[in-house]
Amino acid sequence: MLEVSGISKSFGGLQAVSEASLKVSEGSIVSLIGPNGAGKTTLFAIISGFLKADSGTVNLYGDALGGLKPFQVCQMGMVRTFQITQPFAKLSILENIMIGAYARIQNPEDAAQEAYKVAEHVGIRVPLESSAADLNVAGRKRLELARALATQPKILLLDEVMAGLNPTEVEEILKVIREIRNSGITIFLIEHVMQAVMSLSDYTYVLNNGRLIASGTPKQVAADPQVIEAYLGQGASKLNQNPAIDA
Amino acid sequence: MNFQKPSWMILGTLILVLLPWILFSEFLISFAVIVLYSATIGHSWNILGGYAGQFSFGSVLFFGTGAYTSSVLQMNFGINPWIGLIAGILMGALVGAFVGFLSFRFGLRGSYFALITLAFAEAFRIIANTVEFTGAGMGIYIPLDQHPLNFQFEGRTGFYYVILALFLIATAITLKLENSRFGSRLKAIRENEDAAEALGINTFRLKMQAIMISGGIGASGGTFYAQYYLYIDPSIAYGVDKSVEMLLVSIIGGMGTVMGPFIGSLVLHLINEISRHFINAPGLSLVVYGVILVLIIGFLPKGLTGAFQSQKKVKRA
Repeated sequence: MLEVSGISKSFGGLQAVSEASLKVSEGSIVSLIGPNGAGKTTLFAIISGFLKADSGTVNLYGDALGGLKPFQVCQMGMVRTFQITQPFAKLSILENIMIGAYARIQNPEDAAQEAYKVAEHVGIRVPLESSAADLNVAGRKRLELARALATQPKILLLDEVMAGLNPTEVEEILKVIREIRNSGITIFLIEHVMQAVMSLSDYTYVLNNGRLIASGTPKQVAADPQVIEAYLGQGASKLNQNPAIDA
Repeated sequence: MNFQKPSWMILGTLILVLLPWILFSEFLISFAVIVLYSATIGHSWNILGGYAGQFSFGSVLFFGTGAYTSSVLQMNFGINPWIGLIAGILMGALVGAFVGFLSFRFGLRGSYFALITLAFAEAFRIIANTVEFTGAGMGIYIPLDQHPLNFQFEGRTGFYYVILALFLIATAITLKLENSRFGSRLKAIRENEDAAEALGINTFRLKMQAIMISGGIGASGGTFYAQYYLYIDPSIAYGVDKSVEMLLVSIIGGMGTVMGPFIGSLVLHLINEISRHFINAPGLSLVVYGVILVLIIGFLPKGLTGAFQSQKKVKRA
């Protein structure tokens, strides 16, 4: 459903993404991994309309997204979350999620109802009337997820929703993400937490220095010497036969 | 105390409607007129700055446009000022659209937006000072012809009801922002524009709508001012001090709240009257305003309205 082909983007002299092509098929969980600075978030920003690519195309259900603004991309059914959570801090949790719901719903009562439903779905257990600023990191990640989910997307782009969470919280959010997929929403995620990538994704792309260096199932990718070297440095793949990044 | 509860709102409206029968003195009624007028133009700033988060430093643009539109139409074309009021509101919205389009199209935010609005207000002041049909530097005197059909009243009470109506309309619009899709989405833009955009909000269009509503309300205050004092000139109509008054009443009362402009206006004008009573030094009120603004921003960033509400909300979730 989502097809990215030949995307390149440079900032001044820095080639952030070059010739990246990938595919996300309907109903799957696809992940994008890579070391810091690999260009993952840049690629996400291009796909969701926040940045304009220098070249290449993004297609959603066969429609080209080139030149569309983020809000239009959202209206077409693709929504992103932010790596650094961006809550509407002075508003209540409920209003935060309702704002997401308003993408498709006109009526405040219906939007509130949808918000309660989504909040329960992603496991926000604090009273929804409290302020979004009072949430801890895990809570904010959930809120970010809830807000995006409330827009009723067909495909969800998650930018490091697990960063900064403790293992229990990761476990909980993994469950939530699986449930979201099972409800029919395709998921494309950037992740650093390897445990998450390994157990969650159907297919994985690896980005390094702006280039896609490997793709395949998580197991294949983890065994790929190029990937190991990207993460651990040159020669690392020879030192350790086990998939090093799994450790 | 939550002033936004319907019972409070109805009680408050009732008191305001009956006020001329409670206050027998012309002085007190004219004080109430000033408070409501100031609150009305405060609403104009509050919708754009307090709700949509676009801090304008030149909202007097709308005020002056309203004042000049009705006055010019009346003096040069003999058009009734009531029609001038409507025309003024439309012109205010149009000027809002003009300034909004130029600034939002190019993504001006924060202090850049504040500066561009200030620049536009100054440009309009200079134009009004130069061209013939605004009476240039002489300004416009509207001849005395007291008749309700003429938007002129013998006593203060007539004016009071006109400004009360304008104030209540502006308040109703703001109240609608509290509990509507449009209002929530404006607040989302204020809190975080990128996140708002990611969630499917056409931030450009919404900001345009906000500045046009703000323009209309500000202009209604301007027409009222012209009819009330029967005189305007470029420095009244497009002077910086009105811009400051508009944002001051909102910030002191509490920006992004329905009652903020009213409470701010009441407090500000009370202080103004009291300080004038004790010390007769022109310009002193401006010093007092400055001190209050510093105190409010330092100690009550949510304004006086926020001070009432915060006691309830200290409990953390």
